[in-house]
Amino acid sequence: MSTPVASANRPVREVGPKQASALYAGRLRRNRIGLSLSMLAMALGLVALFWILGVLLYKGFDAISWSMFVESTPAPGSAGGLANAILGSLLLVAVSALVSTPIGILAGIYLSEYGSATRFGSVTRFVTDIMLSAPSIVIGLFVYALVVAPIGYFSGWAGSIALALIALPVVVRTTENMLRLVPAPLREAATALGAPKWRVSMSVVLRASSSGVITGILLAVARVSGETAPLLFTALSNQFMSSDMSQPMASLPVVIYQFAMSPYEDWVSLAWGGALLVTFAVLTLNVIARVVFRDKSKA
Amino acid sequence: MTQTTSQPTRDAILEDASRMAIVRRQRWEDLLFHGVTKFFAATVLLALLGIIVSLFVRAWPALEGFGFGFFTKVEWDIVNDDFGALIAIYGTVISATIALLIAVPLSFGIALFLTETCPMWLRRPLGICVELLAGVPSIIYGMFGLFIFAPLFAEYGQPLLSDTFGEIPVFGVLFSGAEIGLGILTAGLILAVMILPFIASVMRDVFAIVPPVLKESAYGIGCTTWEVVTRIVLPYTRAGVIGGIMLGLGRALGETMAVTFVIGNAHKLSPSLFGLGNSIASTLANEFAEADSELHVSSLFALGLVLFLITFAVLSAAKFMLMRMEKAQGSKT
Repeated sequence: MSTPVASANRPVREVGPKQASALYAGRLRRNRIGLSLSMLAMALGLVALFWILGVLLYKGFDAISWSMFVESTPAPGSAGGLANAILGSLLLVAVSALVSTPIGILAGIYLSEYGSATRFGSVTRFVTDIMLSAPSIVIGLFVYALVVAPIGYFSGWAGSIALALIALPVVVRTTENMLRLVPAPLREAATALGAPKWRVSMSVVLRASSSGVITGILLAVARVSGETAPLLFTALSNQFMSSDMSQPMASLPVVIYQFAMSPYEDWVSLAWGGALLVTFAVLTLNVIARVVFRDKSKA
Repeated sequence: MTQTTSQPTRDAILEDASRMAIVRRQRWEDLLFHGVTKFFAATVLLALLGIIVSLFVRAWPALEGFGFGFFTKVEWDIVNDDFGALIAIYGTVISATIALLIAVPLSFGIALFLTETCPMWLRRPLGICVELLAGVPSIIYGMFGLFIFAPLFAEYGQPLLSDTFGEIPVFGVLFSGAEIGLGILTAGLILAVMILPFIASVMRDVFAIVPPVLKESAYGIGCTTWEVVTRIVLPYTRAGVIGGIMLGLGRALGETMAVTFVIGNAHKLSPSLFGLGNSIASTLANEFAEADSELHVSSLFALGLVLFLITFAVLSAAKFMLMRMEKAQGSKT
């Protein structure tokens, strides 16, 4: 608290009324300029958002058609769709969510119920926060070294593991934060009734914060749905329809990447269609996550 | 735990025994639950350890073969199996720096607007807009950069920059060369838009915790909003603001897709910011799946290791700053 006071302590100058009003005008001017610039920054941010979304809608809408949802990725020059990539993305994300959700929730319970004051707890929390923003391509490298290289081929499983590793810290941290919001008297009341700690944690604390935990899961799913980098060396891609997780698997982001970088016009157009689809899905998940949390926390 | 009656009947003793059994069972269950949750919490630590160890093991052939020179060597020659990391490191650091230079003042403006000047009813929708910007997948930023922004930038932005700054000696070199819209500067600009929402939302959150009394007293002695924000709010939240900036830096350093689309993917070290280049992440994205020779793969792992260690250091620093902020917050309230 001492710093702001010290920095505001400027040497006092004696000024006459004329100078004083000039001084005041200057301060007002600076204030106006500063605030206008901040408004400009906000406007720039909004322009970026709506420009990107507008371009996506404009370019993607042309590409979206029935065949995009039912046909597999085409060879250059022929017609096709993104069905295999859509299916692949759904499978990869679903499996990664199934893996990361239980692990993440239990880890979150540990951090909030047992490890709040322990050294192990604070180290884990610290590392989780770092993993939250760790470069996703490095996670891809890790899973390549761990799974793909020993087995010898790219597979959907490897892709799911990579995505699960990215989703895990999101689930852990939101679960922990949400559990911490549960008032202590609730725990005490349950304990006083004779419930063992695991029952207090699972049936009282976790249940009380279920909407927050669901928010975390939705955010994690939203986060991994748009991830491309970790899939490049794990799930790779697959030109054909496949639901076999032990084979290379197509996913929307990777197909978008390949098609957008290609010189063929119809591929690029399909990439825009896929981009619109992914962005729409991710942003919808984000909004739903916020709505779920807000509704429940109000009630 | 027990009912104390003066003369315990047989039933009461039996009941006590079964209660004790329940208590004992519950104690075991609790121990088990504690162990299981702790184990899963440890998976995050294991993942981190696994990443560092496996990257290091895989990178060892390259690190051993090229020695420390790997980090200072310009060559990246796939044909002759001669690899150095300098170009990729340079591209990563420079593009992230450009991104920060642009994103930090903009984020500050957005946070200021959202916490001070914005009318109440607009705060929530605008806050959601900022979060949506953070939610847009990075590959979309890449496509946007390549197809929409780069052509416009080549036609209007780059000529303007080279006309304005190109004549200045030394400094002008940065804005010279072919104006094709791609390159390190474009990557930095796209990254700036990407990390903008991250930094802005951290700043907004830390600005919001400044005690109202402090701000009110400043307003009370006649400070303008601008003065309150720059002389009261900013010094008070310094650690948090720096933490948020470092968080953005960490994101910018490790970003793959947005950069890969626009940086040009050329192994060149060019003095101009208009020049094509490569970042660590874009090199990995482009070459890893097609790398054949063992040394090439190993060198790519070494690049990954470098990237991970740099971001780890930056993110740790960010976390320490934010923790200091929280602690200071805790001790004061």
